[in-house]
Formats: sequence, C-alpha cells, structure tokens
Amino acid sequence: MTTVPLPSSRRAAGIALNAGLVIFVVLYAAIALLQPNYLEPGLFMNFLRRAAPLLILACGQLYVILTGGFDLSMGAVATLVVLAASILINGDPDATWAVIGTLYVMGIAVGLVNGLVVAFLKVPSIITTLGTMLLVNGLALAWSGGAARGDLPDNFRNLGRLVWRGVPVIGTLPLAVVVIAGFVALAWWGLNGTVYGKRALAVGDNPRAAELAGTPVAVTRILAFVVSAVSAVTAGILLGGFSGVSVNAGEGLELQAIAACVIGGAQLLGGRGSIWSAVFGALSLFALFTLLNILGLPQALRDSIQGLILIAAVGASMWRSRKRN
Amino acid sequence: MKLRTILAASVALSFAGQALAQDFNDPAEFKKQREQLSMKPQGPEGQPWAQHLGDGMVDTAKYKKDGQVTICFSNAGVFNPWRVVGLNNLNAEAELHKDRLKELIVVDAEGKDDKQISDIEALVSGGKCDALIVSPNTTAALTPAVEAACGKLPVIVFDRGVNTQCPVTYIHPVGGYGFGITSGEFIASKLQKGANVLALRIMPGVDVLETRYSAAKNIFDEAGIKVVGSEFTGSDRAKTKSIVEDYINRGEKIDAVWMDAGDTATAALEAFEDAGLPYPVISGEDQQDFLRKWQSEKLTAIGPSYPTYQWRTAIIAALDVLDGKQVPGPEWVLPQPAITEDVLAKYVDERMPPLHYSLCGCQELPGYPERWGGKK
Repeated sequence: MTTVPLPSSRRAAGIALNAGLVIFVVLYAAIALLQPNYLEPGLFMNFLRRAAPLLILACGQLYVILTGGFDLSMGAVATLVVLAASILINGDPDATWAVIGTLYVMGIAVGLVNGLVVAFLKVPSIITTLGTMLLVNGLALAWSGGAARGDLPDNFRNLGRLVWRGVPVIGTLPLAVVVIAGFVALAWWGLNGTVYGKRALAVGDNPRAAELAGTPVAVTRILAFVVSAVSAVTAGILLGGFSGVSVNAGEGLELQAIAACVIGGAQLLGGRGSIWSAVFGALSLFALFTLLNILGLPQALRDSIQGLILIAAVGASMWRSRKRN
Repeated sequence: MKLRTILAASVALSFAGQALAQDFNDPAEFKKQREQLSMKPQGPEGQPWAQHLGDGMVDTAKYKKDGQVTICFSNAGVFNPWRVVGLNNLNAEAELHKDRLKELIVVDAEGKDDKQISDIEALVSGGKCDALIVSPNTTAALTPAVEAACGKLPVIVFDRGVNTQCPVTYIHPVGGYGFGITSGEFIASKLQKGANVLALRIMPGVDVLETRYSAAKNIFDEAGIKVVGSEFTGSDRAKTKSIVEDYINRGEKIDAVWMDAGDTATAALEAFEDAGLPYPVISGEDQQDFLRKWQSEKLTAIGPSYPTYQWRTAIIAALDVLDGKQVPGPEWVLPQPAITEDVLAKYVDERMPPLHYSLCGCQELPGYPERWGGKK
C-alpha cells in the first residue's frame, strides 16, 4: 500500500520546483530590468534578508498544508514573539538567549494546542487556528497594553539585522540568510530525510487510507502544527531583528505564507508539495511585492494587481494539478 | 521605462476623478491653522492642556450641578499607542478631582461605529451620567447619536469632530494642516532648492492625515523641493524599512524624510544606517524612541505633535461645565507645540517605553511614570 503514492509524490516535487522557480526567475528578471542594480550580489542578499521571515513561515505552513490543514495562527504567534521578546528582554543583552528559548517553548505550546484540537477533537484546522489566532493576538495585546513596550538589545536584533561585509565572492552576507539556509535545510531533512514526509503526504492525500495503512495520523498532524509554530517563532525573531518592536509585526503573514506555498505548487488540502514549493513560492511572492514597489504604482492599484497575480498563480497551479490527474 | 510611465499615467488618470471628489487641500483652513500656530495661547502658563487659542467662550450656567458628579466617556477605542497614552492621561486627570468626581464611567467602542452608537445610547438612558465625553470613531456615523445625547445632558467632544454644533464644546489641537506646516517648513528650511524628500504616510483617505500631507506638499512645492515618493506604511516598521530601502536602492539621493506620523521614524532611519548612508533631515513625532535616536545621533530633526494632553482637557472641560464656568467654545482649540532641537533634552525620558508620546502633559499626574508603562 505505502509504495503506491511514492512515484507520484516524487514527480510532484519535481514539477513544483519548476513552477515556483520559473515564476520567481521571471519576476526577478522584471525587477532587474527596471533596476539593474538588483543583479548585484549585495542587493540580492538584501532581498533574501527581507524575504527571510516570509520564507521561513512558508516552510512551516507547508508542513501543515501537506497534511491537509491550514495554520492561520502563525502571524499572531510572530507578533506575540516580537512583543514578548521586547517585554521580557527589556534591553538586557544577557537575557537574550534565555528569552529566545522561552519564546520557542511558548510557540511549541501554541502548536501543540492547535495540533491536539485538530487531531483529537476533529475540529477543522481553519477554525481551530482562527481561534488560536484570536487568542494569541488578544494575549499579546493584553500583555503589552496595546503599545510596544520594552526594548530589544543589539544581540537580539542582529539575527535579523546584522550584515557581514567584505565576504569573498558575494560581498555581503546577512545573518538572516544563514538562518534561512539552516532552517530550510532542517525543513528539507524533515520531509525528505525522515519517514515523516511520506506520512504527511499520505495523511494529506487521504487520511482514512493512511490510517488504515497504519500511519500515525494524529501524531503526524500534531507535529505539523508544532513545526509551523516553531517557524512562526523563528520568523518573529527575524522580524523583530529587522525592524524592531511593533504591535502589528506579524499581521497578515499567515495568508501570505499560505499563498506562497500555493504559488510554489503545493496543493491546498494536502497531498502534494515539497519544501521547494514553499521556498520558491515565498521568493516569488516577495519578488512580486518588490516589483510593485519599484513600479511606484499607487497603493490601491498595487493591492489589486497583487490580488490578480495571486489568483492567476493559484489558478494555474490548480489547472496544472487537474491536468495531471 | 516607457511602459512604466504609461502605466503610471493611465493609473493616475483613473484615480484623478476620485481625488478631486474629496478635498483635503483647503487654502482657507490652511491659512487659519498657520495663524493659530503662531498665536499666543490664553490660559495658565506652562499648562497647554488648560490653554486655548482664540477668544470664543460659551456660557454653561444652565448645566451647573452641585455635589459629587458622574462623568461618562464613550471612547472610540484604544487601538493605537496614541490612544493608550491618551486614555492614561484621562484616567489620571480624573484622579486629580476625586473630591468632586464620584465616578468616571469609560466605555470602549473597540473601533466600531455601531458599538459606539449603542454605547452612547446606553450611557444616556442609564441616567447615571451628569456629563458625557465623546471621542468619536468616525465623524458622520456618530453625529446622530451625539445629537440625541445633547438633548439630555451636556456633551463634550474631542479628537475627531461631529457634524453638529450641539456639543457644549469640541476640543482639538490646531489640526492636520498645522502638523504639515510645522514639519514641512522645518524640512524646507534645511534643504536647498531641488533637493529630494520622501514622504512616508500611514494610510490614505483619513482626513486628519491627508491634511498633514497636503499642507507639507504645498510647502515643498513652494520651496522647489521634489517629493520623490509618497508611500503608505500602514504604521508597520518592517514595511517602512523595506520601502525606504527600496528608494535607497533606486540610487536617488534622499535628502529628507517627511512623515505624517512618527511611530515608524526610527525604522526609516535604520534603513539609512544599514545602507551605510548619512542620516537624512527628518520630521517624526513626539515618541520616545525617535527623540532618543535624535539625541544620540544628533539628527537634524523636528517632532511636530498631535498632543495627547487633549485627553486631560476633556475631563477639565466636563468639570468646568458642571461647575457652570465659562469654557472656550464652540471649539476649544489647544496649542499644538512641536519638539525642536533646543527643548529636546527636556522631553527625553529613559524610563518611558519607546512609543510613549512625550507631549502628554502627564509628568505631574498621579502614577507617572508607571501608569504609562515606564520604569520607576
């Protein structure tokens, strides 16, 4: 039984890689056409640095999407991380690493709640995580009193802000890019180096069949939400590092992360996708934001164009997957 | 490049009709606020929250009430740091008047018009309130509810207005044009003709913000300063920093950054830091994080304000009305100071949180600084 889905998932991963990558290359070429200096390694690194939070969120979201769910709570978790870090650290550089540990524990707790409710109470994930989103947002707001408090010391901010200059070949290397590389490698290993990836695809494709085949469906789902929450904490740390404390740091990021996965070729409601769907989908989406910024169009129109392109990309991915079936 | 121009032009045309429909560029109001900025305020020296500009007074003898009173406050919401600081000011001011004030009832509309309308109805029909303070969520939607309340008890409106003359007085600082004039004139005075300024704004379509921009834009146009971009940040620090980085990456020199609100000013400055460029001339607001950066980096900057001390004025006005004293009206125009280089040190307070609005007039109030989130 378990050998059946393997060839199709491997093929899907290959196709997804191409779709996301092609969109990204086209969009980035358009940016470079308008503004040739984006081809310099320094600006490309800066592009990656700014795309880092979305990219990491997309990787986490992909785990949940593969198992057939959504995680709407990740934006709220990222906001909570930024606010909690500033309140807990409050400018004391010695507290940074202990607080980062605490933040991960908090994130994992949110992920566990999401996973347990979805797996055992059988509440649809979109409702569960909508609930945790409101809960976490409310907690963050109540804790901070609605305004940013405290301060982030430099060693915390460096994770999202530090750029090494004078690096051979590429010139500059932001620390955030190293964080992405590490996170993507781990996320890739989780899906391809362990049995987990195949289980996730099986659960997303047909949970009943997976269960009958002996896949631990509940554990698989819970783990997906935990990974997603861990990615939200990581993204929150990078966001806080990049730009400092704000009460709306993670607003809307959960939807962008879902959109990124779909643009990259992951299938909503599960069963198909690879880590590269998330990576190149996120890069495509961020390239689109950058392109629209560079075009200098009025905000209202930018939003509409963004919406149109998203619908087109998602439509195209649906059309491709239907053709395959 | 050509395609970009054509695209931009066609878009501009399609939006032009809409832009004309709403007028945020009223020369008469611009002139009035410019005059108010240089007017000498009346009232107690050093207490701008109790001062007023202009001569209009209204008689309130008919509202006089002896003994202890209850004041009710219908708040639009506490959805941003400005309103958080403001509400703390209001509560602290109320504490000063314990002997006269039996109770202060605060109802939060959570940013919803319909909730605020029913809040006001409930407060009025509840019969406990002797006076009603309203900080309206939106102008047009709240007008009928305020009108209905006016028939039952004295009403005081502050911050955003309503389209009716029925409240005893409407408290507000000089206004959006004044904010834009102060910041625009400072930037224009520091730059040469032909220099570039980047305008960063929170969101389109909000009158108090649009007027700030239109006033500053007028001044830049007059001075021959080029506005290279006008971008909306949604008050988001990450977005602000990204936008400024995009402009820096375009290779155009940015001599100044003008902002319609200062909460992301430090994020904009960080973009210059990270790119290894010198700081631009900048207009922010009166938030602590900006003032600290200004002081430590010796910026060329100004901090115009939309002072939060108007929340104190609301309580003062309500009590004056119940005392039967004359109050400034029908509009109580408060002075709208700006923080400049020479008074900067006076407003930097390391104990306060980064987004604390320094022109809160709250330093002498009970509970400072902890009530405002500061450290002892």
